[in-house]
Amino acid sequence: MAKQRLVVIGNGMAGARAVEEVLARGGSEMFDITMFGDEPYGNYNRILLSNILSGIQDASEIFLNPLDWYAENGITLHAGSPVTEIDRFAKVVQSASGVRAHYDKLLIATGSRAFIPPIPGIFTEPGKLKSGVFGFRTIDDCSGIAAAAGSGGKAAVIGGGLLGLEAARGLLHHGCEVHVVHLAGHLMEQQLDAPGGAILKKTMESMGVTVHVGKSTSQVLGEDRVTGLAFKDGTSLECGLVVVAAGIKPNAEIGVRAGLTVERAIVVDNHMLAVDDMSVYVVGECAQHRSRVYGLVAPLWDQAKVFADHVTGANRNAAYHGSKLATKLKVMGVELASMGITEPSEERDETIQFSEPQRGTYKKLIVRDGRLIGGILMGDISKAAYLMQAFDRDSPLPEERLSLLFDLGAPPQKVTLDEMPAEAQVCNCNGVTKAAIGNCVAGGNRSLPGVMNATRAGKGCGSCKGLVSDLVAWFAGGDVEEDPSVHWYVPNIPLKKSELVEAIRARTLKSVSAVFRELAGGVEDAGAKPALASLLSVVWKGEYVAEPDARFINERIHANIQKDGTFSVVPPMPGGATTPAELRRIAEVAEKYHVSLVKVTGGQRIDLLGVRKEDLPAVWAELGTVSGHAYGKTYRTCKACVGTDFCRFGLGDSMALAKKIEDRFKGIDSPHKMKLATAGCPRNCSEALIKDVGLVAVGDDRWEIYVAGAGGSHVRKGDLLCTVSSHEEAILISGRFMQYYREEAKYKERTYNWIERVGIERVRAVVVEDSDGIAARLDAAMQESVDAYVDPWGALIEGQETTRFASLIPAGE
Amino acid sequence: MSVLGERFLCRLVDVPPGEGRTFEMDGQRIAVFHTRTGSVFATAAECPHKGGPLADGMLGGTTVTCPLHERVYDLANGRELTGDCDLMTYPVRRTADGVVLLLPAASDAMIS
Ligand SMILES: Cc1cc2nc3c(=O)[nH]c(=O)nc-3n(C[C@H](O)[C@H](O)[C@H](O)COP(=O)(O)OP(=O)(O)OC[C@H]3O[C@@H](n4cnc5c(N)ncnc54)[C@H](O)[C@@H]3O)c2cc1C
Ligand code: FES
Repeated sequence: MAKQRLVVIGNGMAGARAVEEVLARGGSEMFDITMFGDEPYGNYNRILLSNILSGIQDASEIFLNPLDWYAENGITLHAGSPVTEIDRFAKVVQSASGVRAHYDKLLIATGSRAFIPPIPGIFTEPGKLKSGVFGFRTIDDCSGIAAAAGSGGKAAVIGGGLLGLEAARGLLHHGCEVHVVHLAGHLMEQQLDAPGGAILKKTMESMGVTVHVGKSTSQVLGEDRVTGLAFKDGTSLECGLVVVAAGIKPNAEIGVRAGLTVERAIVVDNHMLAVDDMSVYVVGECAQHRSRVYGLVAPLWDQAKVFADHVTGANRNAAYHGSKLATKLKVMGVELASMGITEPSEERDETIQFSEPQRGTYKKLIVRDGRLIGGILMGDISKAAYLMQAFDRDSPLPEERLSLLFDLGAPPQKVTLDEMPAEAQVCNCNGVTKAAIGNCVAGGNRSLPGVMNATRAGKGCGSCKGLVSDLVAWFAGGDVEEDPSVHWYVPNIPLKKSELVEAIRARTLKSVSAVFRELAGGVEDAGAKPALASLLSVVWKGEYVAEPDARFINERIHANIQKDGTFSVVPPMPGGATTPAELRRIAEVAEKYHVSLVKVTGGQRIDLLGVRKEDLPAVWAELGTVSGHAYGKTYRTCKACVGTDFCRFGLGDSMALAKKIEDRFKGIDSPHKMKLATAGCPRNCSEALIKDVGLVAVGDDRWEIYVAGAGGSHVRKGDLLCTVSSHEEAILISGRFMQYYREEAKYKERTYNWIERVGIERVRAVVVEDSDGIAARLDAAMQESVDAYVDPWGALIEGQETTRFASLIPAGE
Repeated sequence: MSVLGERFLCRLVDVPPGEGRTFEMDGQRIAVFHTRTGSVFATAAECPHKGGPLADGMLGGTTVTCPLHERVYDLANGRELTGDCDLMTYPVRRTADGVVLLLPAASDAMIS
């Protein structure tokens, strides 16, 4: 049978999900699918726009289906191509860019847009918002708001509902002074009662948001750009940015033009079919079902399933019966969940309430005939998962009402997980139940990311991630099977580092290829190569058989690869001290080899960037120094302040110590880079407190040794290992610490990660107090490594390899 | 694949085992890889991601890891193992001491 043509208008959350549901029912066999989207992107998770504005997530993280996905599933996507006309008689749609597509079945999923109330001055011309005024609906809105917020200024949000408060929180993140202007008497009046709204107002204000309730905006001020708002009560507010979050307006005009029945949105029946046309379905915020139009995602998922069941024939009786609404506010620092009605509406309704306004806690449940029909949880939402479930399923509540609000006695989380029924919905965004997570774990998926990928739980708004993680642990129960490979040194050899070292010694394996041959069944693993090379060099020192292919390109040719494939060269400069002659030589080399950038590094050295691979040997030869080792997982450099020679405050000779350290430890391989510094006094001009090893002079030739500091993407003050009383002792203990780290740490584990794992006490016991009696052995091992040092630049300049430095070789003989 | 002919690409000694080198033939840049087990492969020289020099990457079995952002490709078929952006491959054959490029018939032309 020839395939039917399914055309989808709207590539948003409902449209894309509906297509996924169709595919899941074998729909690609039945339909040629064409999608039209107004936005020039693949489908993304609109819910997370709040997180983007508040800086929690990056725009690139919220895409649900990248463009590849459409191609893979044989879907023709016209992105950035809104449909303007539907001809229901010819069964064809036409887009603004002129694309025409015939359909057998049509799905309208055009969603809605920000509702812009007709306040005088809000538009400069019909449909065009005044500069500085934004809706909050799309990625482009988000970028516009962020750009206009710049680095602060005064901003107003019109509307104190869910969306408005999330926008306000986002603007705070951009450094704005934020005002929320709300028409109703209390915030979030759809989801909260008046006392709840009042508590929320206080919470928002404590975060720095000014909240105006009962305030009606009468005019948007400013000529071409917004300069402020004027209000009905005669007051006004100056501001350069306005976000309008006053509700949504369904994109239903297309239905009107096509002659479909449209009230607030396009009217559908229980199969999500337009009431006037058996070939046209409607899902999402542009659909009106039993007089209701939904503005949250959970109902759309149900609608998408019903549509897919019906259109594919998987279940022609599938019917949508409406959804109950429950929601959580995604404002960092505010815990708020709400469901159903906010006030009792019949005499038999019973209200259970707890209020502690000072602490921002408010809980209110409305129970009818022993079932939950409404609820507000603020400040403490630990019971939200359970209650939302009871609400959604209409399940009977326990007689003991107090336990509905609080966890009494037993450890809170456990009670909740136990008492949660199997069909309880854990992830509302993606409709994943407790049972589905259980099945996934039982099926062998025991990690949080694994379960999240397999079930999609936690991949919507993300607010249930904690619960998903708890459930995975709970289901995995006693036999949490920890993946043993996390302890292996490399993934393809099932041995811990210590066991691996033993095996390497026992079989005298001195090269990486020998290790693969003997211990990995001859199977190479690219990722394991550098880890093994590093380990072998620590174990065998001078006897280690180096194989270039086991090292990253940087360590193969002893320079740092740059994004254009050229390299950077850093001559050594211990303690940042140099001479005019040395500078002159560097300058000459830089000119001769057309170095594109000469830059002082953070490690007090000079970086020559943009050296061509084939020029490296000549550059090194003419620099006339040994390698600065600025590229590998090795000892890198030792920074220093001026110390005693010139500084008025100097207590110790930090420059001389830095030089001795660099002479001794240069090029020493290690699990990750080791950056050192010496400081002549506790002012720490050389930042010794945030180095892998930092030595700080405290007077009388005494030095404090700080270890495992970090000053990169992670910042950590080093731990004081001990205080020593000479340069010699400082070098000895630093070396012993580094050797212990070299032997114990996992590959790519910086000193600061390692120390958090094993604890400074343990390291101090071994290195300073010699608790294990291995101090002398560690010192000797470090000495051997030092003795085995060969300058790689020198070796390579003299080497015989013909093509090592060629970046392009002519083919042929 | 029907083969029209062969062209000498490079000497084996120019590509040490476990490594790759970039060669230029008729203006095209081709990365040649020589595994430690003695197989040879040829691919486009530039990583499809951001043009990283693949010959400077790490070989593991029959895969290469790009030195710039660590995307991994299967040398045998060009498939990206870390994603789905594939790499162009060239059919080659190893001779006693060199690597030759197989020229496909025009119908399945991979190289003009
Ligand atoms: C900032 C923000 C936070 C939110 N937070 C939550 C939350 O926490 N929880 C929750 O449940 N919901 C939340 N929502 C609501 C949720 O995002 C919507 O309910 C959902 O996106 C509606 O899906 P939809 O497919 O109907 O509409 P949309 O996702 O808007 O998709 C409709 C798509 O159709 C396109 N379109 C329109 N007209 C045409 C045309 N003529 N031709 C082609 N394409 C067209 C639009 O450009 C759009 O891409 C939030 C919304 C926003 C904006
Ligand atoms: S250029 Fe190859 S991975 Fe980015």
